[in-house]
Amino acid sequence: MKSLLRWESALAVLLVLVVVVGSAATGGIFLTGRGAFNVGSDLAVMALIALPLTLVIVAAEIDLSVASVLGLSSALMGALWNEGWPLEAILPVVIIVGALCGAVNGFLVTKLGLPSLAVTIGSLALYRGLAFVVLGDQAVADFPDSYTQFGTTPVPGTWIPYPILLFAVLAVVFGLLLHATTFGRAVFAIGANEEAARFSGIRVKRIKFILFVLTGAVAALAGIVYTLRFASARADNGTGLELEVVTAVLLGGVSIFGGRGTIGGVILAALVLGGLTDALIVDDIATEVVKLVTGLLLLASVFAPAVTQRMSRGTP
Amino acid sequence: MKRWEPLRKAIIVASAALLLAGCGGTTKSNSGGDNGGGQTQTTANPDAATAKDLKITFLPKQVNNPYFTVAQGGAEKAATALGEQLKATGPSDADASSQVTYINTAAQQGQNALLLAANDSNAVAPALKAARKQGMKVVTFDSDAAVDARDVFINQASSQEIAAGQVKLISDAIGGSGEIAILSATANATNQNAWIAIMRTELAKPEYAKIKLDEIAYGNDDDETSFQKTQGLLQAHPDLKGIISPTTVGVAAAARYLSSSSYKGKVALTGLGTPNQMRKFIQDGTVGSIELWDPAQLGELATYAAVALASGQITGKEGEKFKAGELGERTIGAKGEVVLGPPLTFTKDNVDKYNF
Repeated sequence: MKSLLRWESALAVLLVLVVVVGSAATGGIFLTGRGAFNVGSDLAVMALIALPLTLVIVAAEIDLSVASVLGLSSALMGALWNEGWPLEAILPVVIIVGALCGAVNGFLVTKLGLPSLAVTIGSLALYRGLAFVVLGDQAVADFPDSYTQFGTTPVPGTWIPYPILLFAVLAVVFGLLLHATTFGRAVFAIGANEEAARFSGIRVKRIKFILFVLTGAVAALAGIVYTLRFASARADNGTGLELEVVTAVLLGGVSIFGGRGTIGGVILAALVLGGLTDALIVDDIATEVVKLVTGLLLLASVFAPAVTQRMSRGTP
Repeated sequence: MKRWEPLRKAIIVASAALLLAGCGGTTKSNSGGDNGGGQTQTTANPDAATAKDLKITFLPKQVNNPYFTVAQGGAEKAATALGEQLKATGPSDADASSQVTYINTAAQQGQNALLLAANDSNAVAPALKAARKQGMKVVTFDSDAAVDARDVFINQASSQEIAAGQVKLISDAIGGSGEIAILSATANATNQNAWIAIMRTELAKPEYAKIKLDEIAYGNDDDETSFQKTQGLLQAHPDLKGIISPTTVGVAAAARYLSSSSYKGKVALTGLGTPNQMRKFIQDGTVGSIELWDPAQLGELATYAAVALASGQITGKEGEKFKAGELGERTIGAKGEVVLGPPLTFTKDNVDKYNF
């Protein structure tokens, strides 16, 4: 726990550094209301999915199909809109379909006992394929302004993007779920030692199944946010986003082997990643460098806990 | 079934919400569509002085793409000539949404103008509208954004000119009579289908009466697929005399197939291709001629248009004129479009003069 706390303080320091150095290097442009709005809008989709995925990874599982569920939800949204459905009905249907996608993953992992890495690599391709079946390679872009404003304008009188408001609410919900309920304690127990968890009466399969369903539903919700932000429903929306999300979760100090991690750390990591990317772009640093820095940070995040753990154990 | 209680509750709540929402919501038919959101219209002053030291952002579909690097060179040339500051930036992948961050950033930096080749005409629209509200001028080139999200679009060449030019080239290559085929990109690519429709109209004209269009094949802008489709066309139509491939990927793949087959020199090929990709095949006689616009001029013209907009000499309305250095005086056409001009034709004689 000690090393974890230290990792989170390191992230907080890093975040302050990003903000201070970022503003200094860009002559103050970065640290403005508009700058914050841009950072918030850019990271919201990734941060939303990172919340349920944190729980999945703490339970020592993984879900790589999240970006494809996002794409499927975006495509479905476009297709149903074209069919003349009202958006008020489309949104819940899309989230239910996302939950179903998660349920399929959960079923394959818990009932058939397949490894989640393999299952979700498969469903990554499957759901993306379904997205193309649903919408083809067309784009639907005639959503009403009253809805797309959710993704493109800040809350009146502030620079807070609406998706960040949504993220804040869900962050509290998932934070409480993981850190303040028996369900959350069971998730940690499963990640730390599944056998022991099962013998102590925790319904391992049921909890894992719920985690996958939650992840699917939130990924679909993120798909809605994505579609409204870009005012464009496409089957290829969010391609490759799963790696960004996993990066945020791991950088947040969640152990890839399960059993350790906090929602707070993941929130900090999402802010660091989003802030850093935008600061580098505002400072006109080449895109390749941005990717390079993200990669280095991820390596550091996997590396640092391992090192601190070893040092605290006293073995070199 | 007690353990599924939470799930059951969730489903009930969701279905109730659905039922409620089902009656009288926001649908495609009653939402009234998008209502623009550009800047307030001002009047153009053609005699206004050309502003100096304007900050211009050049945002291609993706960085490190040779075609856009050439366009960037043209834009830099024009910016230097006018005394403006131009910088290039952009995503490393041509993803639909990847340009939005860069558009927001340009607005945040207070850039005066943006030159954009849009990856997705709609995905960039909200960000462009927000940037224009702040006073940034937006010029699209190569591929347009939604019409109400930009000021001017620099069109590389009119569809009519491109398509008619291709038909003329193949007709000349096969001596005015014989069977031809078209190797296109994807079956629903907007520009490809527009060109093919015009080609059909052209072929119906009396001067092309002896030319018969056998088939339209789709290589999906994929090198291997285009290669195989070329092979398929030649097998299916033994009397084929010529192929038009109005896509840089398709024409290069077709040329590669022809040059290594017994059809080399017997079946004519033309299309839209870059001199660098096609030089070898033009020089060894596989391909007689290809067409393409000069991307450098595209970047140049876009920069002149952006500077004229930022200086208040034009506002993007039809009929307004602006000066574009060596490219002469240009007039804005319908929907704020400016056409670069007729495409260049590359043959054995001139292909070495171009490097893109």
